[in-house]
Amino acid sequence: MTDNKLLEVEHLTMRFGGLVAIDDLSFNANKREITAIIGPNGAGKTTVFNCLTGFYVPTEGRLTLHADDGPRLLERTEGFRIPRNKGVARTFQNIRLFTGMTVLENLIVAQHNRLMEASAFSLAGLFNLGRYAKAEKEAVEKAEFWLEKVGLYAQADWNAGNLPYGSQRRLEIARAMCTDPSLLCLDEPAAGLNPRESAELNVLLQSIRDDQGVGCLLIEHDMSVVMQISDHVIVLDYGKKIADGNPEAVKNDPAVIRAYLGEEEDDELPPEVAADLHLDPKAQ
Amino acid sequence: MSAAFASSRTNGSEVVKELAFFAVIALLMSVMLLGVETVDRPTGLELAVRWDLVLIAIGATVIGRLGLIFRRENISRLGQAVLITLSAVAVFEMFVRFRELDDRWVSPVFLDMVFSSVVSTIVGIAFVAIIFATAYFTMKDKTAADVDESAKLSSKIQLAYRSNTKKIGLIGIIFFIIFPFIFGEDRSAIDLATLVMIYIMLGWGLNIVVGLAGLLDLGYVAFYAVGAYSYALLSQNFDLSFWLCLPLAGIFAASFGIILGFPVLRLRGDYLAIVTLGFGEIIRVVLINWYDLTGGPDGISSIERPSFFGLADFSRRVPEGTIGFNELFGMEYSSMHRLIFLYYLILVLALVTNFVTLRLRKLPIGRAWEALREDEIACRSLGINPTNTKLSAFAIGAMFGGFAGAFFATRQGFISPESFTFLESAVILAIVVLGGMGSQIGVVLAAIVMIGFPEMFRELAEYRMLIFGAGIVAIMLWRPRGLLSFRDPTILLNMSQKEKVAGEIK
Repeated sequence: MTDNKLLEVEHLTMRFGGLVAIDDLSFNANKREITAIIGPNGAGKTTVFNCLTGFYVPTEGRLTLHADDGPRLLERTEGFRIPRNKGVARTFQNIRLFTGMTVLENLIVAQHNRLMEASAFSLAGLFNLGRYAKAEKEAVEKAEFWLEKVGLYAQADWNAGNLPYGSQRRLEIARAMCTDPSLLCLDEPAAGLNPRESAELNVLLQSIRDDQGVGCLLIEHDMSVVMQISDHVIVLDYGKKIADGNPEAVKNDPAVIRAYLGEEEDDELPPEVAADLHLDPKAQ
Repeated sequence: MSAAFASSRTNGSEVVKELAFFAVIALLMSVMLLGVETVDRPTGLELAVRWDLVLIAIGATVIGRLGLIFRRENISRLGQAVLITLSAVAVFEMFVRFRELDDRWVSPVFLDMVFSSVVSTIVGIAFVAIIFATAYFTMKDKTAADVDESAKLSSKIQLAYRSNTKKIGLIGIIFFIIFPFIFGEDRSAIDLATLVMIYIMLGWGLNIVVGLAGLLDLGYVAFYAVGAYSYALLSQNFDLSFWLCLPLAGIFAASFGIILGFPVLRLRGDYLAIVTLGFGEIIRVVLINWYDLTGGPDGISSIERPSFFGLADFSRRVPEGTIGFNELFGMEYSSMHRLIFLYYLILVLALVTNFVTLRLRKLPIGRAWEALREDEIACRSLGINPTNTKLSAFAIGAMFGGFAGAFFATRQGFISPESFTFLESAVILAIVVLGGMGSQIGVVLAAIVMIGFPEMFRELAEYRMLIFGAGIVAIMLWRPRGLLSFRDPTILLNMSQKEKVAGEIK
């Protein structure tokens, strides 16, 4: 079981001044599995992502990525190095595409580091030497593969900003996959999608897990996505983990229900108020 | 009149209201600018009030506005033309009177001038006739179809331009190459072309930083200065030739680009602009005050002129051991040879800048610059190192500035800190912005407009700022993103450039 670990989060704590956004959080995500992180708004889900992808340096804790070439400590890696060499790729809650560039260019920018090396840091590329031309061709082929996969091949030459919202979401996933990650972090990929689009998203994510063998970490509010495709669900509330397990178990966990729906508070109301409420339900 | 208005959207009282509104605006604007004047009298400085000017200004505004209302509502073509002509005559009258100090109420200066001689009568009548004819014949019922037509025309022009940029660029290059053959003996034409070409090169260099990487740099002239002083000092102190100093000047300027880049990495937009502006000033102030090295405000004079690639010299009396350019090619000596050589030199340098930029755009580094301009956070999440990417943009942009600086030093033979003021940075930035950020041909057009026109029309120097202001307002109204502000994709998968452009225009 231990070899199967992809990401190990141990005692992660993140404080912003006096605010504790994440409080001593530990969890694991496994290879070839989709791990969902859910929780009410403000529970600290996106903060976990920002720590994982180097946008924040955690106050405490250890984040280990078990990549193919051995374990890496993410909290000690500079932000822009985390996606390199089969690292961690991410998408954003509010889509961040290069809107003025074409769809294809977006996917090629994502393969920057490999191309940069092939162009000998632009020196060889300046004269279009053979190695760079070959690398660029490969990059285009990879982009084409992902364009087919997310169904945007026909729109490859559109400006990314002109795509409809759902396509922009898929393009952002394709762009993240073009960095060849071993862990893909998706921040609310189904937000703003209609039911048909989110069903397509399920298929895409399952294919990323099964065909590409990439582990996914998923923040999502859309329970149809979470319950159908995730292998493992972690529930956060106020920066703490309140449940961890398979979707079925989490769904029935009383702590989770309490966090989402609130507690039955009738008993705690003063008797006269409770009486009023029951007497006149329309007044509510 | 009310009957005429009844058929249209505007009624009489609304027209009166509109005219009154414009009369008030004209009053407010003219009362301080035209109405009050300081006059130097023997008793001291006095205020003179020129109500005649104010009245004429208001009259011109109201009549002109009425003409425009007629035009808008499509009433009486003749009436429109008469009103607009009257307004133009009134404006002319106002300008003539403004220059004269005595206030005369009755006899209109315009009529006096027109009837003073036969020639002025003809000129006066021509003036009135031209305005009248323009007003009369441009009047046309503008329908939706016309608007459609003009939109179609502009998109046609855009399509033609954007799908043929390569051809247009090639024609431009050929024109600049044969330029000395057309104007070979005209010294001022070659000088002007060389000057414009320097600014084209600077514009292209700055375009890498501002247009591609999106880093607003207000101190670009600093790199130009570094290049110029590098060449001047290396050549004077170490006796190095221009051809050796040229790459060195580029390297020095590039390292200054990196030095500037480091502290401003975290800054963006306005903050970046302020810091780069400060950097430009620091370089200039250092050049003024480091007297021992740079000669301070005196500058550096008698900088060595370039030789013909070290083979031959352009001077009339060649130094011992070298031969003259004219001897090498068996021609008569002409002082134009050097100028034409310098022109071709800057042409080649500028074209190198252009081709390197165009090539870099299609390389990972260029795409990373553009991506960085679009979204820095997304770039980081894709493993692009923002530090290196920004620094490389600064360094490469600065390097071309340095090349241009070395050329400037060798062409002038004299440099001083006065050539590297903030105004120069502003002009270069204006060229880039006016041309359309990131557009190579736009930079050429803008450099010709900004540098070439003022030199060509020196007689109009008095009105330069006026024309400049009007031009900027016109650009802001019609092309707020620059003359040619289109981004062409660096790679296309299943469309041709033409299809892509056509798709975007629709």
